[in-house]
Amino acid sequence: MNHDYEYTPGNAFTKWLDKRLPLIRFADENLLSFPTPRNLNYFWTFGFILTLCLVTQIITGIVLAMHYTPHVLMAFDSIEHIMRDVNYGWLIRYIHANGASMFFLAVFIHMFRGLYYGSYKEPREILWILGVVIFLLMIITAFMGYVLVWGQMSFWGATVITNLVGAIPLVGESILTLLLGGFSVDNPTLNRFFSLHYLLPFVIFGVVILHIWALHVTGNNNPTGISVKNTNDTISFHPYYTVKDLFAYVVFLLMFAYFIFYNPNILGHPDNYIEADAMVTPAHIVPEWYLLPFYAILRAVPDKLMGVLLMFGSIVVLFFLPWLDTMKVKSARYRPTYKIFYFTFLLTCFLLGYLGGQAPEGLYLFLSRVCTIYYFAFFLVVMPILSRYEKPSPMPIGISNSAINTDLGTDKNPALSINN
Amino acid sequence: MTNKTKEKKPTRRDFLYITTAVFGATGAAAVAWPLIDQLNPDASVSALSSVETDISSIPEGGSLKIAWRGKPVFIRRRTKEEIEIAEKEDNENLPDPQNDADRVKNKEWLVVVGVCTHLGCIPIADKGDFGGWFCPCHGSHYDISGRIRKGPAPTNLEVPPYEFVNENIIKIG
Amino acid sequence: MRLTQAIIILLTIVFFSNNQNLLASGDETFKNLKPNFSFEGPFGKFDRESLKRGYQVYSEVCSSCHGMKQLSFRNLSQPGGPEFSINKVKEIASEYFILDGSDEYGDPIERSRVPSDRFQPPFDNKDAAKASNNGAYPPDLSLIVKARSDGANYIYSLLSGYEEPMPESMHIDESLSYNPWFSGSAIAMAQPLYDEMVEYDDGTIASISQMSYDVANFLAWAAEPTMEERKSLGLIVMGFLFIFLILMFFSVRRLFKDVH
Repeated sequence: MNHDYEYTPGNAFTKWLDKRLPLIRFADENLLSFPTPRNLNYFWTFGFILTLCLVTQIITGIVLAMHYTPHVLMAFDSIEHIMRDVNYGWLIRYIHANGASMFFLAVFIHMFRGLYYGSYKEPREILWILGVVIFLLMIITAFMGYVLVWGQMSFWGATVITNLVGAIPLVGESILTLLLGGFSVDNPTLNRFFSLHYLLPFVIFGVVILHIWALHVTGNNNPTGISVKNTNDTISFHPYYTVKDLFAYVVFLLMFAYFIFYNPNILGHPDNYIEADAMVTPAHIVPEWYLLPFYAILRAVPDKLMGVLLMFGSIVVLFFLPWLDTMKVKSARYRPTYKIFYFTFLLTCFLLGYLGGQAPEGLYLFLSRVCTIYYFAFFLVVMPILSRYEKPSPMPIGISNSAINTDLGTDKNPALSINN
Repeated sequence: MTNKTKEKKPTRRDFLYITTAVFGATGAAAVAWPLIDQLNPDASVSALSSVETDISSIPEGGSLKIAWRGKPVFIRRRTKEEIEIAEKEDNENLPDPQNDADRVKNKEWLVVVGVCTHLGCIPIADKGDFGGWFCPCHGSHYDISGRIRKGPAPTNLEVPPYEFVNENIIKIG
Repeated sequence: MRLTQAIIILLTIVFFSNNQNLLASGDETFKNLKPNFSFEGPFGKFDRESLKRGYQVYSEVCSSCHGMKQLSFRNLSQPGGPEFSINKVKEIASEYFILDGSDEYGDPIERSRVPSDRFQPPFDNKDAAKASNNGAYPPDLSLIVKARSDGANYIYSLLSGYEEPMPESMHIDESLSYNPWFSGSAIAMAQPLYDEMVEYDDGTIASISQMSYDVANFLAWAAEPTMEERKSLGLIVMGFLFIFLILMFFSVRRLFKDVH
């Protein structure tokens, strides 16, 4: 990025430190004075929100692990112990449980933002791919965490999902046994899920650091999709975006707090307040809401193996996005045709989410199939074709030209003057 | 960072920012409390912080060992002779001087935490040179008032907080 | 962009409201009755007298088949619950017995329960429970209100719903009872409550609907004894966040005044 400003240590100590471990310089360049496009809208606040979501989950998770017992005979009761006896245990557990939902809500918005504004396009391919890796890790972590509750839905969800592995020809059964540590979901499964559920968030944290690193190499995309040309186009991250992101986070927190304090169980399933019983299957097995679209794709296919492959494929396809959509124009703002397909796709995903919760029969099954076909067609057919034939609408020359009046030009880079 | 635009007087703008920052910092600090408080004993542990025991069945000279906060507590119903000895020995050369009267609420009943003050072993009743307890780990001798008389232990056996709820029930903790 | 945002928000609302229905739907033909519990809503609190009566119904009627293993007697005196006095709780607990430890011969010692002990389970294990109940397992009631959608209303409807006449077209096994609120309408639990079955300490007339209401109240509390704490803390947090939101809003506006 165009740095024409450099960090200069102010006092003797910071000078001393700067020569040995340029920690403050690092923070300054990457957080405080990092040049950020001046025209970012509120959809760009979700990266910040997601970082805080991860931190919240890790902190509350560590606390919960202090009181939780990963054993089939005690897991369910130990969670009730947290809810009833531990000081503020109910609060911490509700934050963690609803926090997972909030995390996914934010990540979906974050991803659809990237999809709308072409944030995955050159030069941000690695940035996007790292994001998909994080998303994948999130799904695995969330799934394992849900099992730890050891309610009916935990147990049967785990049974159904791990059984998908059994669909792999020849070695499926052996892998399944290896995964479960037995012939069905039982204590060894619970123990390893607990171990991995504790580990994976830190892996996610590591990938998040890479994700942010990649972001800081290429710089932010912006709503116009036009590259930053000079310092007129940018403002310093702090205070502008720290404050704006924080504002968005408070809005987010208000919604989060509503769920925690006034409707903490609405996003969960009542059956998960029944202790796991290997001899009784619940009437309907449904995953948490954020996995419903994938569940719908799984069940849309009559063949078990094909269903599994399509479900995984629905995420794998995201890795190839930068090479499926090769259109130079990034933002959907200037792509009228893409915009229509984009919103149809958004609608399809909502519909898949709804269908994932319905019994796979009749009209529901038919719609699931139509939606699944469109889901893949959007990436594999629509994107490549539009890349070749779509005519973009007229675009402004630069970010500043379209966004602000020219009087402000006296200030070369506001980061210089406003930052303290 | 350069400080060219530093303003001399606080303006309304600063006031808004400062208020917001203070508010935010207060909120962040408040979040810490549940995270700290969860480390404190939970309700099921606190519920066991005091125990009530029926002592009516203990004969004179007999004793009862009960668990209180994960530690043994000795409740001993002392005979007249034992009380006399304990009071007489107030004048002995005690490593941790304390009168017997200060160690009991009712002369008949001695209530002490059964953990040797040396390294935490549990002393054995009616053993040792002083008619009280003897700790087998490193040879500490306690008398009938639970006072250390001989051996490496530095202090007398601890007297837990307790009260007599009525004639038959003692509440420890 | 405004339009997009509006569409997204709308879709989100539709999605969640659908999801809610989805989770709440069973194959019940009857809609749950709504006796309007005092604990509903953001400021809702439990009706202490009703909780006390509810405990009485539980202990005199339900507890002969249904356990409540997550509850301890001490819970009955804690704030936000029935709030019995500590002495009353000691008295209640002492009516039950528990095997605790063994004597010098290795024989189990039986003592009466104290407030820190759990409620006494009606059966030693699941099989014993089934054997005494025609093969049907009476579920533990500690979490029943959270384990059923629209839990409290459902419990109320179910308990007071045995009087409904059975449609003539329907035939059920004679060991079962007809109850339209139960999934499948045929329930293994025989009608548990009859008018004046218990004699309330406070003189309230124990009609079926009164007892159903009280016990549903009690079970709702038992499923989440920290509900009042949660809602009152929620009020503080939401209030704080709301003021902070306003401050942040103006801060952002002022900060970006020169940018756009």
